[in-house]
Amino acid sequence: MVVAVIINALAFGLLVLSVVKSREKTVQSVKLALMKLISLLPWMLGILLIIGIVLGFVPPETIEAQLGGDPSALQVVIAAVAGTIAMIPNIIGVPLIASLVDSGASYTTAAAFLTTLLMVGFITMPMEIRELGVRITLWRNLLAFLAAVVIALVIGQLMHLGAAI
Amino acid sequence: MRMNPRKKVLQLALFLAAAALVLLLMQRLFPEQFDAGTDVMAEYGREIILVFPAVLILMGLADVWVPDELVRRYLGTQSGIRGLGLSIAVATVPAGPLFVAFPIAGELLRKGASVVNIVAFLGTWAALKAPEIGLEIHFIGLRFALLRAGLSLIAIIGIAVVTAKLAGQRG
Repeated sequence: MVVAVIINALAFGLLVLSVVKSREKTVQSVKLALMKLISLLPWMLGILLIIGIVLGFVPPETIEAQLGGDPSALQVVIAAVAGTIAMIPNIIGVPLIASLVDSGASYTTAAAFLTTLLMVGFITMPMEIRELGVRITLWRNLLAFLAAVVIALVIGQLMHLGAAI
Repeated sequence: MRMNPRKKVLQLALFLAAAALVLLLMQRLFPEQFDAGTDVMAEYGREIILVFPAVLILMGLADVWVPDELVRRYLGTQSGIRGLGLSIAVATVPAGPLFVAFPIAGELLRKGASVVNIVAFLGTWAALKAPEIGLEIHFIGLRFALLRAGLSLIAIIGIAVVTAKLAGQRG
């Protein structure tokens, strides 16, 4: 709730500042935001629908049993691979992951999925190769994948540490 | 890259119709699960409405006030620690998915920017954009978001340095 207030206050403050500096640019910004809203709306509603259906049918105990507890190496790798091939816009992926965490998925699994979703792009690789070449693209994505697994394991440990205290 | 608005509105309408149909079927066939599911949807719907308009406004403002030109200017020129710092700083502001950053990165690479800077720029653009970290704090929590951002920053620098070593300056 506090975060929501801060984000809204920040957006409002910058919007006012933008109007003062240039009306024209502000109108352009708001238009861009509206365009983004229209193109993201199906995603938002789709993810909401999926969250609702999945959590309606699958009880939290099952989610906790499958994605929670002490995460196995296999679980982390599967989450990382899922994030690598998924083409979900980042800002839609975050609430999706939050819903799984709220239902009992471990922070490790969540971090593995989120980090590869953000940093590793399998579907966009041809585009990346065209711009940056094969070697940079392959090394960047491979290293980012490995880093995601390590980040996930470390986050799991550190979140766990906090919960124990 | 950009589709026309009318097509998007049409897609949205089709999608809404399909979603309504799915929900109606669920209500008829599985009323109990439907109730549980819609409760969850209402909860996350509320959370989303609370922050998404603000985040989209922030992204719209970033798009207009920090155009690609500005990013190019700061990214291309400097080298060393200062250049690396600039590459990372400049990538936290823009909005847009990672594939939007590829052409910018490619152009600068061809103009002679260092591989370390370019890969660090891409990593930051991917994982550390400010509005998205705000969302992450809102939905998942401050501690998780800060840990992920901090660890990702370390990883991004490491990935940039190692990629430059392994792929060479040419790529």
